[in-house]
Amino acid sequence: MAFMPVKFNLQKRVKLAQGLWMIYWLSVIVGILLFGLGIFFKIELRKRSEMMDNNESHLVPNLLILVGSLACGLNAFGGKVCHDSLDPIKFAKWKPMLKPFLLLCCGFNALLLLTALLCFLMQFAVYLTLAEGLKNSIKFYKDTDTPGRCFMKRTLDMTQIEFRCCGNNNFRDWFEVQWISNRYLDMSNDLVKDRVLSNVEGKYLMDSVPFSCCNPGSPRPCIQHHLTNNSAHYDYDHRIEELNIWTRGCREALFYYFSSIMNSIGVLIIGTIILESVDMAGLKYLTTALDTMEDPENPECESDGWLLEKGVKETMGELFAKMKTLGKTNQVVEGEDAPEG
Amino acid sequence: MVVGKLTFTKPEREKLAKVLWLLNWISVLTGAILFSLGLFLKVEIERWQEVMSEGILYVPHMLITTGLAACCINFLGGKICLDCTDTNKFLRWKLVMMPYIICTLFFTSCILAGALMCYSVRSQLEDSLALGLRNAMRYYKDTDTPGRCYLKKTLDLLQIQFQCCGNSRYQDWFQVQWISNRYLDMTSSSVVDRLRSNVEGKYLTEGVPFSCCSTLSPRPCIQQQVGDRSPHFNYDQRSQQLNLWRRGCRQALMDHYTGIMQSIGLTVLLIWLFELLVLTGVRYLQTAMENVLRLGDPDSEVDGWILENSLAETARSNFDIIKNMGKCYQVDNDPNINIPTAAEQEVPSRQLRIPVTS
Repeated sequence: MAFMPVKFNLQKRVKLAQGLWMIYWLSVIVGILLFGLGIFFKIELRKRSEMMDNNESHLVPNLLILVGSLACGLNAFGGKVCHDSLDPIKFAKWKPMLKPFLLLCCGFNALLLLTALLCFLMQFAVYLTLAEGLKNSIKFYKDTDTPGRCFMKRTLDMTQIEFRCCGNNNFRDWFEVQWISNRYLDMSNDLVKDRVLSNVEGKYLMDSVPFSCCNPGSPRPCIQHHLTNNSAHYDYDHRIEELNIWTRGCREALFYYFSSIMNSIGVLIIGTIILESVDMAGLKYLTTALDTMEDPENPECESDGWLLEKGVKETMGELFAKMKTLGKTNQVVEGEDAPEG
Repeated sequence: MVVGKLTFTKPEREKLAKVLWLLNWISVLTGAILFSLGLFLKVEIERWQEVMSEGILYVPHMLITTGLAACCINFLGGKICLDCTDTNKFLRWKLVMMPYIICTLFFTSCILAGALMCYSVRSQLEDSLALGLRNAMRYYKDTDTPGRCYLKKTLDLLQIQFQCCGNSRYQDWFQVQWISNRYLDMTSSSVVDRLRSNVEGKYLTEGVPFSCCSTLSPRPCIQQQVGDRSPHFNYDQRSQQLNLWRRGCRQALMDHYTGIMQSIGLTVLLIWLFELLVLTGVRYLQTAMENVLRLGDPDSEVDGWILENSLAETARSNFDIIKNMGKCYQVDNDPNINIPTAAEQEVPSRQLRIPVTS
């Protein structure tokens, strides 16, 4: 007993072939979209790689690029098969390739599922990389004269301005690092000397933040220095002042940005999996309908189409048996040789 | 003397009609492009409207209206050209064709006006920006005045995005009080001294807002006492050059808008040339079809032209028509009214002398 059988006459077959052809070309466009998104994601990761210590994993965008190109190829082939399916001569050319093609599509669907899972799970890796990378960026902010780190200040300033954030967790991270280079500190000044000597590591620490932390929406001119000292500024209370500098941390801001990209890509891949399954089902129906025509010379005859020749359980059982015998092929051959020898 | 005479056989006429139908549909597309260019320019201008003293919104509005008009007129034109392949169907449109061509001529010149406006608005934009930025800097501190609350945010975002500072240069900030009195400690002697030190009682400093800071500077930004080298350690000429943005915001915005409007102007000029081509084709088709109707034989070879007489004669005849239209209520030339001439004036008296005989 076939699984989900459907009766087909000529009109139904023609409609199925035409509809399936259109769906295959839609799938090609979706494949191109996946490819484009993979490239976009790769570029975004590269742009912010300095914030992640150049340590970020490019697995997801590379996989997306691969999956996108595979989707284009497989679906274009499927479209061609559908286009030729109503002409028996042309279809006979494609017939032997159909079983391996359907198996390939199954494998491709599994790959898509893996990519979707990775899209959702790799976000943890991105979070950890960002935390580590931003910590180092803040540490190396002042090293604009060290080769390899000259542009860290510029990148971090532009990131803080663009993503409207300050520091790693929040703006207090700037209080724990020396972000003004010794080149610009007058070491003969008593105030400077006191501050440097006041902590164990001899760092010039202050409760100030760089200008890129300033919020343009604040009604008063930006207060960058002596942030925790209320008396240093007129009519200023640091506990209630919310608009002066950005309160969000850059790790949270960047993670939110990347995770929204990865979530949307994941949802799109799930949609692609559904589309591919529909493609495969349609193709299976079409090929079985064309195979079971009682009279191949008469295109008007009726035929049956199905998804599986036997029921689901029987097909699974057959599959397991086949896999078992595949593993045992060598053993059986030896056993047969022994009596002869 | 006919201007631009061409001969058309029947198959040539039909081909011309088909080609014009296609071109009219392409013109509908270019009309949509014109509309979207106008919309884009409108959005771009409105984004920084606050730092412009007077609007130059008439340029995108012109582009939007001509774009919409292009879509409608060319849609109608496509329909007319499709019907022109058949002489019978052409009779439906015979009376509409001439007004349609005049309308299209007028609207094509509107497109040209739109393109030229894009290039000529430059000087007006510069003046508007100079005045607008000056006022914006003056009202920077008024974040508590309704109508000006967001000027500070707009100006800060402008300076950050366009990497500019002040109107012409960063020193413009030294001449305005950009820190509100609300945040100045009036009991402090240094503040009071500074307020008293100038005629208008403004708190002027050699400082700039944070948005003037350059991200390219290797050292943390110096915002206070910018011109003075002594309060800052190791503050040499090069550090001073890189510290703040050197460009003025007026120049930055001018460059931005001039670039956009030059590209838009070029595209609109190309669209104008295309429309002119379509208009010429439609004129040829109209004259050819009218000549077919005049000759009465649909299969004959006919002439098509742009103008029946030379340009001077056509202009003169049109001018006469306009003059006579204006004179229609004047009595002088009306043949129905009997105006007695000098010879006729004697007749009534002679008539009176004729005795009435019964």
